[in-house]
Amino acid sequence: MESYLFPFDSLICMLLGISFTVWFTLLLVFIIVPAIFGVSFGIRRLYMKSLIKLFEVSLLVIDRCFVKHFDQIIEKNWFKMSLEQEIQDMRRGGAEPEFDMSDIFYFCRRGVESIVDDEVTKRFTAEELESWNLLTRSNYNFHHISTRLTALWGVGVLIRYGFLLPLRVTLAFTGVGLLVVLTSIVGLFPNGRMKNYLSDKVHLMCYRICVRALTAIITYHDSENKPKNGGICVANHTSPIDVIILASDGCYAMVGQVHGGLMGVIQRAMVKACPHIWFERSEVKDRHLVAKRLSDHVADKSKLPILIFPEGTCINNTSVMMFKKGSFEIGCTVYPVAIKYDPRFGDAFWNSSKFGMVNYLLHMMSSWAIVCSVWYLPPMSRMEGEDAVQFANRVKAAIARKGGLADLLWDGGLKRGKVKEVFKEEQQKLYSKVLVGSSEDGSSS
Amino acid sequence: MGSRASSLLREEDIEEIKKQTGFSHSQITRLYSRFHSLDKGENGALSREDFQRIPELAINPLGDRIINAFFPEGEDQVNFRGFMRTLAHFRPVEDNEKNKDPTSGEPLNSRTNKLFFAFRLYDLDRDDKISRDELLQVLRMMVGVNISDEQLGSIADRTIQEADTNGDMCISFSEFTKVLEKVDVEQKMSIRFLH
Repeated sequence: MESYLFPFDSLICMLLGISFTVWFTLLLVFIIVPAIFGVSFGIRRLYMKSLIKLFEVSLLVIDRCFVKHFDQIIEKNWFKMSLEQEIQDMRRGGAEPEFDMSDIFYFCRRGVESIVDDEVTKRFTAEELESWNLLTRSNYNFHHISTRLTALWGVGVLIRYGFLLPLRVTLAFTGVGLLVVLTSIVGLFPNGRMKNYLSDKVHLMCYRICVRALTAIITYHDSENKPKNGGICVANHTSPIDVIILASDGCYAMVGQVHGGLMGVIQRAMVKACPHIWFERSEVKDRHLVAKRLSDHVADKSKLPILIFPEGTCINNTSVMMFKKGSFEIGCTVYPVAIKYDPRFGDAFWNSSKFGMVNYLLHMMSSWAIVCSVWYLPPMSRMEGEDAVQFANRVKAAIARKGGLADLLWDGGLKRGKVKEVFKEEQQKLYSKVLVGSSEDGSSS
Repeated sequence: MGSRASSLLREEDIEEIKKQTGFSHSQITRLYSRFHSLDKGENGALSREDFQRIPELAINPLGDRIINAFFPEGEDQVNFRGFMRTLAHFRPVEDNEKNKDPTSGEPLNSRTNKLFFAFRLYDLDRDDKISRDELLQVLRMMVGVNISDEQLGSIADRTIQEADTNGDMCISFSEFTKVLEKVDVEQKMSIRFLH
């Protein structure tokens, strides 16, 4: 039986073929070639400016119909008196009694204040925005306000999912694919200057393609402080994208756990071209082993600076939480870097308890853009008489100050774990001092 | 999907809570967002674990007692109404309220009610008396292991001696109020809610 050949079949094939060719040529010319050479046509910045205009328009619409407060719920004393001072302050005065029944008020009020607003739990969810940026995921309190806005949002969805997302996914695959293939090729070269040079170029190129895959618009400040060989680069951690952002501007040795699957393939390919530090799951627990490998790497001046995120987990970019002291014990120069994302264009924070990696990447690639600023801070070293923890806190304070983030002493591990008992014991100790310290008559009992 | 917290709170509910507690409309919606963010199980009620997840509360020596104050007798869940009722105790006392004639009973944030909240933190078995044991328990929670039993015992005895007027070796609510009459309870047990 003769198959009925539609005359349009060949036409459709031809059209498809042509559009693919055009598509890929455009891709090559406007995105891949600039990525290779590290230049930019400025298209992304133009896009960003137009988005800002768009948000201003939507803000006007919202303001007219709906006023939203996103300030603090309660007024907290920024000048926190110590436990001792507050309790002395509270007592009835006169002769100092050992214990006053009103002491309980202090703990009571602090407790309820922390129920209403605490410094820690809000760091593990996405930051709330003051005005809507036309993404459903940040639509906290703006339900249907006006048809015009909803229409605008609808158009936004079409653009983001219909045009931007496929473009970005294509780029991402290209970038990752090239990374794996090219690093494997470079790995075949004998060790030497040529290999290092090629490996640097390959890494930079692929990361730049990935940056374009996310439509990331990054502003680098103070590039004269860029990390050098034999040092460790520390930065605040908001998402896995931090790596791409930093690595597209300089070459680093990565540190991490060995993964399986696609991640594992990438890791194995990367390590062929230049030495990265990948740990087996079991090795991660052994702190001495980790420290030794890091110091060995740092001692070799021909190797690239190590990139580490001392917080150990993703924080929502409004604050910097406790730095783990491991990387600060090694005794080499530390190059701090502060990364601050602009939440208006897309929230980069990875809430790993809520979303998996794939879901997260999907969110990233269907946002408007990722806009961030990177500040390279001047290098720091451990001073005389300073221990690792103090050094870590000093670096953390510098990063927080530069990036405009809150500097917290709390551990990022509180995202999943319970707070250590020792902190409660500290509070108890302080209060005991107030009780016992003020007993002058030394009542023996 | 972002949390559509305030869309789950109806206007009638907000009005009722406003009447009961005295919070303003925007304060109620803001506190509802907070309630919702603490409610990890997303079932409209908070359990004790939800509270214990707040690190600053977990390290508070009286943390468990404070959490207890939110839960009605024998229950394991507190809904938003209950949450607001308890928080209402910490609203500052405004001047115009001091002079208002309370036809609907005393407001939740009156001096007496604030004192009663604190009294309840001591009085675990809710028999309206703070016994020596109950006082010792609270003291032990606040000092941890840093003070010996004997010393703590003598502190407790001295406190009861000072406060007890009717000789029953317990502190009743009126004795409690008398002891604290010079303390500025309105200020010490208030949180400045904005808006």
